[in-house]
Amino acid sequence: MRPIATTRSASGMPTGLLAVWWVVASEIVIFGGLLASYLMYRLSHDSWSEQAANTNTAIGATNTFVLLTSSFLAVSAHAAAEKGDGKKAARYLWYTIGGAMTFVAIKSFEWYTEITHGFTITSNTFWSFYYTAAGIHALHVIAGAFIMAIVAREAAKGLELHRVELIGIYWHFVDIVWIFLFPLLYIAK
Amino acid sequence: MAESIPHEVDPGHGDHHHEDQGFVSKYLLSTDHKIIAMQYMFTGMLMAVIGGFMSYVFRMQLAFPGESVPLWGIVTPANYNALITNHGTIMIFWVAMPVLIAAFGNYLIPLMVGADDMVFPKLNRLSYQIFLISALVLLSSYLVEGGGFGGAWTSYPPLSAKSQYNLTPAGASLWLLAVALEFVAFLLGGINFITTAMNSRAPGMKLYDIPMVIWMIVIASILFMVSVGPLIAGAIMLFFDQTLGTAFFDPNRGGDPILWQHLFWFFGHPEVYVVLLPAVGITAEIITVFARKKLFAYKTVLHTAVGTGVLSFTVWAHHQFIAGIDPRMAHIFTLTTLLISIPIAEMMFVYIATLYGGSIRLTTPMLWALAFIGEFLIGGVTGIFLGASGADVYFHDTYFVLAHFHYTFYPIAIIGTFAGVSYWFPKMFGRMMNDTLGKIHFWGSIVSFNFIFIPLFVLGTAGQHRRIFDFQNFPALATPELQQLRILATMSLVVMLGFQFVWLYNFINSMFRGPKAGKNPWKANTLEWSADSPPPHGNWPELPTVYRPPYEYSHPDREEDYWPQHLPN
Repeated sequence: MRPIATTRSASGMPTGLLAVWWVVASEIVIFGGLLASYLMYRLSHDSWSEQAANTNTAIGATNTFVLLTSSFLAVSAHAAAEKGDGKKAARYLWYTIGGAMTFVAIKSFEWYTEITHGFTITSNTFWSFYYTAAGIHALHVIAGAFIMAIVAREAAKGLELHRVELIGIYWHFVDIVWIFLFPLLYIAK
Repeated sequence: MAESIPHEVDPGHGDHHHEDQGFVSKYLLSTDHKIIAMQYMFTGMLMAVIGGFMSYVFRMQLAFPGESVPLWGIVTPANYNALITNHGTIMIFWVAMPVLIAAFGNYLIPLMVGADDMVFPKLNRLSYQIFLISALVLLSSYLVEGGGFGGAWTSYPPLSAKSQYNLTPAGASLWLLAVALEFVAFLLGGINFITTAMNSRAPGMKLYDIPMVIWMIVIASILFMVSVGPLIAGAIMLFFDQTLGTAFFDPNRGGDPILWQHLFWFFGHPEVYVVLLPAVGITAEIITVFARKKLFAYKTVLHTAVGTGVLSFTVWAHHQFIAGIDPRMAHIFTLTTLLISIPIAEMMFVYIATLYGGSIRLTTPMLWALAFIGEFLIGGVTGIFLGASGADVYFHDTYFVLAHFHYTFYPIAIIGTFAGVSYWFPKMFGRMMNDTLGKIHFWGSIVSFNFIFIPLFVLGTAGQHRRIFDFQNFPALATPELQQLRILATMSLVVMLGFQFVWLYNFINSMFRGPKAGKNPWKANTLEWSADSPPPHGNWPELPTVYRPPYEYSHPDREEDYWPQHLPN
């Protein structure tokens, strides 16, 4: 049973929504600290452009496309949930999870290729940042997909439909982090 | 709205709590905010005993170098380093944070905003469980090969990153893991605190009707959340440097050890305010009740606290004046550091103005609250010396710094906690603490505290550096006069630790045998005093409604000198 506290909304915003925004805020500063550190290093190490030239921009772009598409699917799930169609919302959430899995599969292939070509996390500080930032991001993708699966199972039964929006917000955040990572790690040479 | 619905939970016999509940599910796996608060408080106190014992061991080594310390034995240099490192880490992350923010936050937020629980009770329980694991991980670092980490609580690389320097390959990583887990626990807890205070206030409670301690805990939680992110990123980088052999902080391979200092202090300095603000809030509750006066300039205190929070993000590099940062940058950080003393001084003046002309009752909680104001003042004033880059070049890493921040953290973590516990004890356990024993403990602790750290100020100005195992190796510091001061500080510490047994006796004895407190023994206004003592599961049979601000004491239109927030008139 939920406490009455959870059902109140003195700020005018539903409690779950408010909490998700605070989660996103706390994540922004984590990635913010990491990327700010990377930028400071990058600006003082011109030689890193040679290392960055070895990243595969085509694969990065493909993954960007996959994530953006999955975000669109998450929006569709939200639209269905707003109309009260739990089954449709769940179906779109499963499509989104499909996008997440595709992203992780492509990322694994990419890393496998790079590691077998000798670009490992200890090769150079650029590569350390590359694997650390993208790795933490990939963990967020996987965690988001897990949570989404839980939400989708409930939504299929028509339960807790407001959670479709909450996981959607988180998913957009994960997407936006990648929008920062892609130019910083792949495009900037 | 939910408030109009009668409370379904019959106090004490609710859906969560059946009569036949065992000890484990009632006290260890409960989702009740009050039980979780107690878990945080008792874990924090246990860690305080451990952290206090550590300070006893290394102070004995400094007073009587090379001699066997009772209850410990001979202190080796590695022991010494691990003890000072973990003393600092434990006192800040496993004592000040869990007690001031998590315990008081969990206990007070729902009770003071008029809710039946936190908004996410299961998340709350998870937060404590992660916190408990983090404490166990930290303590386990003493048992692994090489022993506990000895690279100081600031964990600067390359000392912390390379096991050939710190000689604690497993201890250093366990230390880092424990700190990271603790951060996760407090992020979860913080989201709960902020959301609960924002969303589940009682009907009628407007923003300026929220008691100051709740505001302070919320602002502190936001500060923590915003400042800790970069350090989490830094901790991952340091962990990879330790375990995978990356070179984020290794200058030989393209890294920069100063980056860690920036990431650490970008968190580390706001962290001071994270623990300070709740203590300031606790003091506000106590001085208004025991001066029977309205809090002077409520809105000013609140806006000042927000201003302090914002400013606290701009001062971090004053910890790095001698780390080789650009002197022009040092000027800027000197300026911001001196600026931040203004809002804090303002709070002090506001509190003095609150006391002025009040009918002051010198109960034990009031003594602690007054001591907080006086002792923190010393910490604040000595901070100005260190904030000025010119003076700091001389004082950096001396015992002057050490004495300065103990004059801030002791008032915060120890005085603030004793103030809060003695004030809310009747609510927490339904019985009164013994006031005479409380005062004996108060005076014993306060006097001996000053006798520990005033000698350390003197030693610091004499040039005594921190983190040195044995000063006998330094002829200029090995003089009998300076050694006398070290012995005085150590003896005062032993006296202070001894006085804590008075408190412990009082605490346990009062919990079971103190006189019954009733709902509102202090005649206070805030909502928690309208609940039973101790409050049942769900807090009130019917949740309260708020009609006025929290500090309406000695109101001219009213015969009684207090006017509880929940009374219609």
